[in-house]
Amino acid sequence: MDKIIRRHHWQQTRRMTGWLLLLWLVTTFCAAFFARELNNLSIFGWPLSFYLAAQGASLVYLAIIGFYAWRMRRLDRQARAAARIKP
Amino acid sequence: MTERSFASKLRRYYLLFTAGFGGFLLSLTLLEQEGMPRIWIGYLFMFATIVLYAILGVLSRTSNVLEYYVAGRKVPAMFNGMATAADWISAASFISLAGGLYLHGFDGLAYIMGWTGGYVLVALLIAPYLRKFCQYTIPDFLAMRFGGAGGANGEDNPAGRVVRIMAVMATIIVSFTYVVAQIYAVGLITSRFTGVDFSVGIFLGLASILVCSFLGGMRAITWTQVAQYIIILVAFLLPAIWMSVKLSDNPIPQVAYGKLLPKLSAREAVLQADPKEAEVRAIFQQHADDYQQRLDNLPASWEAGRRDAQRRLDQVKTRNASLLDIRSAERALIAYPKNPEIAASEWTEAHAYNLARARPINPHAEPYAGDAETSAIKRNNFVALVFCLMLGTVALPHILMRAYTTPSVHETRQSMVYALFFILLIYLTIPAMAVLVKYDIYTALVGSDFNHLPGWVSYWANVDKLTPLFSITDVNRDGVVQLAEITIDADVLVLAAPEIAGLPYVVSGLVAAGGLAAALSTADGLLLAISNALSHDIYYKIVDRHASTQKRVTISKLLLLGVAFIAAYAASQRPGDIISLVGAAFSLAGSTLFPALVLGVFWKRANHQGAVAGMIAGFAVCLYYMLHANPVLGGSVTGQWFHIAPTSAGIFGVPAGLLVMVVVSLLTPPQDSQTSALVDYIRAPEK
Repeated sequence: MDKIIRRHHWQQTRRMTGWLLLLWLVTTFCAAFFARELNNLSIFGWPLSFYLAAQGASLVYLAIIGFYAWRMRRLDRQARAAARIKP
Repeated sequence: MTERSFASKLRRYYLLFTAGFGGFLLSLTLLEQEGMPRIWIGYLFMFATIVLYAILGVLSRTSNVLEYYVAGRKVPAMFNGMATAADWISAASFISLAGGLYLHGFDGLAYIMGWTGGYVLVALLIAPYLRKFCQYTIPDFLAMRFGGAGGANGEDNPAGRVVRIMAVMATIIVSFTYVVAQIYAVGLITSRFTGVDFSVGIFLGLASILVCSFLGGMRAITWTQVAQYIIILVAFLLPAIWMSVKLSDNPIPQVAYGKLLPKLSAREAVLQADPKEAEVRAIFQQHADDYQQRLDNLPASWEAGRRDAQRRLDQVKTRNASLLDIRSAERALIAYPKNPEIAASEWTEAHAYNLARARPINPHAEPYAGDAETSAIKRNNFVALVFCLMLGTVALPHILMRAYTTPSVHETRQSMVYALFFILLIYLTIPAMAVLVKYDIYTALVGSDFNHLPGWVSYWANVDKLTPLFSITDVNRDGVVQLAEITIDADVLVLAAPEIAGLPYVVSGLVAAGGLAAALSTADGLLLAISNALSHDIYYKIVDRHASTQKRVTISKLLLLGVAFIAAYAASQRPGDIISLVGAAFSLAGSTLFPALVLGVFWKRANHQGAVAGMIAGFAVCLYYMLHANPVLGGSVTGQWFHIAPTSAGIFGVPAGLLVMVVVSLLTPPQDSQTSALVDYIRAPEK
């Protein structure tokens, strides 16, 4: 595969990984560190902090991995298509 | 056979399996109504499932290297996800986690967050790259990445060998402590449900583990783990759904307990204000104060206490009291501490115990209860523990090994999504289970009459005489159960939940079988990780490069046998210390392997010297902190940094490892162009 295509693919992968990791970090840290502050808010009848720690954060993690798998498949396909056009 | 038809065939098999399992449950339910005794239901569940795993193992036996080490790299994403989930859900998460949440409320949720969030790191940073690398073990990757060009025969150069040996050691340390804990759990479950001796239980479980992984390696354990996951799922969801319907008319426990949580908080407030509860707590406070006073007056108090015990015995003897009274007075004298030192340690323990029971109710949904300072310490420990568990997940060899077994990189990414999905089916039910059982106990058991206690109370109170799992005593002698009179062990909650909910005993057997499946599946994966590290990384890559494939597989099987017996022997010694070190193993694994694995993929400049220094630094900082801050290991609580518990030592070890690795890499020359090409290769999209 062409070097430029590879580099472009890797740049996109790295950028997306970075953003998703930031989302992971913010979710985890906020849910844990500000739990007392969030306890007075409520969501569907639950205290927000309890909901986040027991379900919300884990569902965000699942969404992150799901999005990553879907988007990486597209990036891989694009890179392969680009390599075919430019032999 | 094409991949698609293989996957659909598998789906058909496992659907059939699930239906057969349902039929088995149904027929046992009928048999129970016909009056089959409890112990037979226990036997049937244990033996039926163990035989099932053995049959699966025999059916998928193999001597092919590729099949033995990585299941032929053809496990479809969904099934790989299920097998990963079974690998992941250990005895601790199945049996103890819900109980831990019952006892600690919000603060226990660190485990739910930590043990799911780690998958983000595995899926984004490591798994797809390992699959692209396409070898067999984790040390393979590290040795190739940080060793530079090997010899013509594919052996490591000396630099690679050092990295490989260090990675193998880290793999074995973490896997071994973990596997001993699983086998220990197997012994507990089989001995409690079938009444066989603890060590017999261990070797029964061991036999099933061995038939499976010994005959077919990765291939056999993959297909067994899929079956085990199905059993785990049914066993955990069935009682939870039942309780959820019973307590809130909603069959989805994950949704239903949101409604119960405010009700539980209201009930907690009522109990907290109840004068009878306050009375019981005051009695425990009184006991605690007594012990404190005696401790303050040592050794005079020890002398006085012994004289008292002697005088009481003389009194009952001269008074011609009943034999029972004389016996109990004798026993009190015999049990009295032999000298002031023993008295000091026993009384300190008793003081702490009574003080703990005198504490007010810990509100379930409130994060970090306590005054401002305790609360901040609890919060920081929660954050540290969450991150430690996540970083440790990335370094667990039996999970990473699973990245090698799928047909393509894309399927590895997909299988991570499936894995987390299947894990969440259980992990989102665990907090629900804790709240459901807690609500049931707080409303149904508390306030009931001591003469009309439900049957499960006495059953579970008598299961383990040495360390009672459940105890209930009328402390203030008013004939009514107060919450403060109940103690419940974290391990008993899930096992007793079916009976607490009033389900037939068959479901209890099912839950025990689920716990057994959870322990066995994790033990399978870990044992294979250890024996692969020894046979592939040490024997094949370092000792004998020319070994035939047949010989490699045979060696691996023999090593597996040896390691399994050592682990079973260690577990049969009931090592309380090792069990408590499992959490520590997470920290050690993360600190040693995380920096090298992640920087190896994402930073080309990382080199051999950096990796070696980083691994040593991470390991050393982590170990130093544990020794320094853990009273069990000879440290002291005053040695803690920022009041962080020693289990979370990884929170210092990982940054130290990363920092040292970066600095040393920058100070030493970069690696050759071959390494750079390797990194380019694993980053590139699949052809």
